[in-house]
Amino acid sequence: MKNLILATSALALMAGTAMADGHGKTIRLGTEGAYAPYNFLNDAGEVDGFEREVGDELCARAELTCEWVTNEWDSIIPNLVSGNYDVIIAGMSITDERDEVIDFSDPYTLPDASSYLAMGEVDVKTAVLAAQTGTIQASFIASMDGATLVEFATPEETVAAVKNGEADAVLADKDFLSAIAEADADLQLLEQSELLGGGIGLGIRESDGELREKFNVAIQSMKDDGSLNALIAKWLPEAEQF
Amino acid sequence: MFEFCTDPDQLETFRWFSCYLTTGKHMNLYWSVLTVLTLLAITAPTALLFGFGGAAAARSRIAPLRWIGQTYIAVVRGIPDIAFFLFFVIALDQGIEYLRHQALCPDWDQPIRQGNDFIVCQAAKMPLGSAPQWVHETYGFAIAVVTFAIVFGAFAANVLYGAMRAVPRAQIETAEAYGMTPRQTFRRVLVPQMWVYALPGLGNLWMVLMKATPLLFLLGVEDLVYWARELGGSKTPRFTDYPHGDWRMWYFLALLVFYLVFTRISEIVIERATARVTLGQATTGGEAMRKAA
Repeated sequence: MKNLILATSALALMAGTAMADGHGKTIRLGTEGAYAPYNFLNDAGEVDGFEREVGDELCARAELTCEWVTNEWDSIIPNLVSGNYDVIIAGMSITDERDEVIDFSDPYTLPDASSYLAMGEVDVKTAVLAAQTGTIQASFIASMDGATLVEFATPEETVAAVKNGEADAVLADKDFLSAIAEADADLQLLEQSELLGGGIGLGIRESDGELREKFNVAIQSMKDDGSLNALIAKWLPEAEQF
Repeated sequence: MFEFCTDPDQLETFRWFSCYLTTGKHMNLYWSVLTVLTLLAITAPTALLFGFGGAAAARSRIAPLRWIGQTYIAVVRGIPDIAFFLFFVIALDQGIEYLRHQALCPDWDQPIRQGNDFIVCQAAKMPLGSAPQWVHETYGFAIAVVTFAIVFGAFAANVLYGAMRAVPRAQIETAEAYGMTPRQTFRRVLVPQMWVYALPGLGNLWMVLMKATPLLFLLGVEDLVYWARELGGSKTPRFTDYPHGDWRMWYFLALLVFYLVFTRISEIVIERATARVTLGQATTGGEAMRKAA
């Protein structure tokens, strides 16, 4: 009898310590909240959009408790690395440059064409092009000969720069720009597009291999049963499906 | 908010705006005004305290204390705010977590720095990973207050240091002649008289502090400039019930009015305070008040 009590209490203790570093943890998802339809704040001030639905579904499948936080794009990687949140889910394309600092999950969108949005026909080879700081589009324009890059901190400002004539065109993800072109008669998408990046993935700390594995399994299961494609069709009509 | 808000497309202008201005997102904007005011209300006295400590240390007769005070003033004043905010906050946060880690998880065998990553055990996280969102926000807010207090404390220390030296030497000599100890001289003669010299500088600092709150977003605290930019940005009908064009100009105009009103109120308060501390002082202002009375 005494042994039984000892054994159960030892078991309870072990379970207690295991709990402390596993299940009790809330996974904090960091996003920008300014890049519709990927992620944006809805009228109620909550995070909404494609990534909100994907993130919630992934957390449910991986049996994690998740919480959404918004963070400025500029400091989104430093704040992940220093542990203010655990995952970046902010329309971040997988690139080698970023991969040196953080790890990425498997992509949950296919490499998506980036488009130009302008007031009229523009020759992008010699144009002044707007892009958001620290994006694949910004580094792409910087590597072009002849084109001039102007950078802005938020996606909103890049579009505003085209409207007030500061830039000739803006380069960004097609689904972000097509929603704007739809609503604004002055702006139109150019024919030309660029295939950049390796698809969008979750940004995860390099030391967090276990979390990354959990999300990869969840992403794979969403790919397998078609629910990811359904969400892509709902939010990103221009994007290719898996 | 209101019952008629279910279908905003059908509303006439006035009702549309009464719905639009009461969305959850706008409530966040109004909250952020309160956040900023609370931050100012807590930070200003704290910064003054830091400043007073820094100034007192900088003119101390004990050399190490003097060095600490002078280094504090020189270093913090010399670093750009934005660099200080990005570096110091992360350093402070990691410092706290490191200490908690040492205390709470003694049998942890992995290195804390792994490449770019800073890893401590779950129990040492500040705030705990499982804490609700408001705890994270309060923690961020507290860190913001401390950082602001340190930065503006250094400027305040310099102002107070100058003000202490501006008190006429004759006043100190007289106090000494009456047999007061240095401590008594400091408390009874120097400090009451220095405010009149310090107030213009402190008033300036207050105005700068008031406008420095957008730095808060670097710390994840959403201030009113952030919300004005977010709400003013053009909204397409697909993602909101209240589509509109680029309204940032109007939001920033509202901010401008808000800050101007706030500045005016501050000016009035500072004017009154100046009148109060000038009374009976051996300065031109004090002399003018004596003659007018």
